[in-house]
Amino acid sequence: MINKVVKNADEAIHDIQDGAVLMLGGFGLCGIPENLIAALLKKGVKNLTCISNNAGVDDFGIGLLLKTRQVKKMISSYVGENDEFERQLLSGELEVELIPQGTLATRCMMAGYGIPFFPTPAGVGTEVAQGKQIVHHRGKDYLIEEAFESDFALVKAWKGDTAGNLIYRSTARNFNPLMAMAGKITIAEVEILVEAGELDPDQIHTPGIFVHRIFQGEKYEKRIEQRTVRKKS
Amino acid sequence: MLDKNGIAKRIAKEVKDGYYVNLGIGIPTLVANYIPQGIQVVLQSENGLLGMGPFPYEGEEDPDLINAGKQTVTYLKGSAVFDSAMSFGMIRAQKIDLTILGAMEVSENGDIANWKIPGKMVKGMGGAMDLVASAKNIIVAMQQVNKAGESKLLPKCTLPITGLRCVKKIVTELGVYDIHHEGGFILRERAPGVSIELIEKSTAGTLIIPGDVPEMILD
Repeated sequence: MINKVVKNADEAIHDIQDGAVLMLGGFGLCGIPENLIAALLKKGVKNLTCISNNAGVDDFGIGLLLKTRQVKKMISSYVGENDEFERQLLSGELEVELIPQGTLATRCMMAGYGIPFFPTPAGVGTEVAQGKQIVHHRGKDYLIEEAFESDFALVKAWKGDTAGNLIYRSTARNFNPLMAMAGKITIAEVEILVEAGELDPDQIHTPGIFVHRIFQGEKYEKRIEQRTVRKKS
Repeated sequence: MLDKNGIAKRIAKEVKDGYYVNLGIGIPTLVANYIPQGIQVVLQSENGLLGMGPFPYEGEEDPDLINAGKQTVTYLKGSAVFDSAMSFGMIRAQKIDLTILGAMEVSENGDIANWKIPGKMVKGMGGAMDLVASAKNIIVAMQQVNKAGESKLLPKCTLPITGLRCVKKIVTELGVYDIHHEGGFILRERAPGVSIELIEKSTAGTLIIPGDVPEMILD
């Protein structure tokens, strides 16, 4: 039986080298691969290109890798919560490609579905359109956007099994299943790892064929970026 | 003159029963607080949630359950979660009835700029470019004049564009405007106590005043 389990995050990323192109799941700090980011930090790999909707905050998530200058280029849709990011961007130390969120999600999805490019109306008439082919279809313009190519996809799921099947929880799903399908090598960290056969096939979000390595994360901080509450009346 | 909550309150009157609505960050988020009684809407959050509920009670926050502003939220009866590509599928395929978002500038032909101030502020467009490119009904909530007293309703946007010819309606601290299909801000309502003179002074683009413009009714 196929067994995709690796011991820990260090083993999972042993072959990620300087200059690698990585996809990292998560929206804000929700559903990010905490253990894998910590392992990248420890390993000290440099010149990374990170495809991720956001860039974390100054002291958590991808923000940690920005601080140590391990990231050469970010491909994101929104980076408003990270002062160090904005500083590196405005000073020209960091290469940044900002792209619309739906385009980012769909470029991941298309990579997973084996479709090399697709048309989208998002960004027509804006900076995003520069250098891109435009097609006209039934009275409307569309940009041609390409599926992402990446070396590794690093994703976080709630539950997983030894065959690599994944189940996400709540809005921590976000980009994770899309990126899981898109990576040349996909590494999944999960909160709960079970034996194959213990998950209901009907509930699987990401079939194991897309996942190459899986491990149970050690501890999850799951930091909340904007803690908003209401009072009991 | 309206404050932020006043703008949100006025926009809430545009929301109809049964609508699926996407609310942007800032003033648009406040609209949820003023949806009139008896009107049921489903709020979409583009990270992947339909049926966004209110903030959780203290101690009940779930780090896995957030909205597009990264705030902790709750489920309602009938909520659903999904991945971000499906979320933008809903947006591109025009399943969303109404999109409300903020802006830094709007031009008289309905162009909107809200994602970047070159050399100063780079936060990114998030989902705004996808939303404005596909939404069938976009209302902009914004301040009409900036801190320096300059109008942000312009003949042409000066900041990097988010989307072309997409805005239908604008609600500001001074009034409610529709975009004329040949260009121009059609003044539909004045905010309480606001004169036509002040609105004229605060609109840099073409202002169209169709006869007697009523003062808006908020309650």
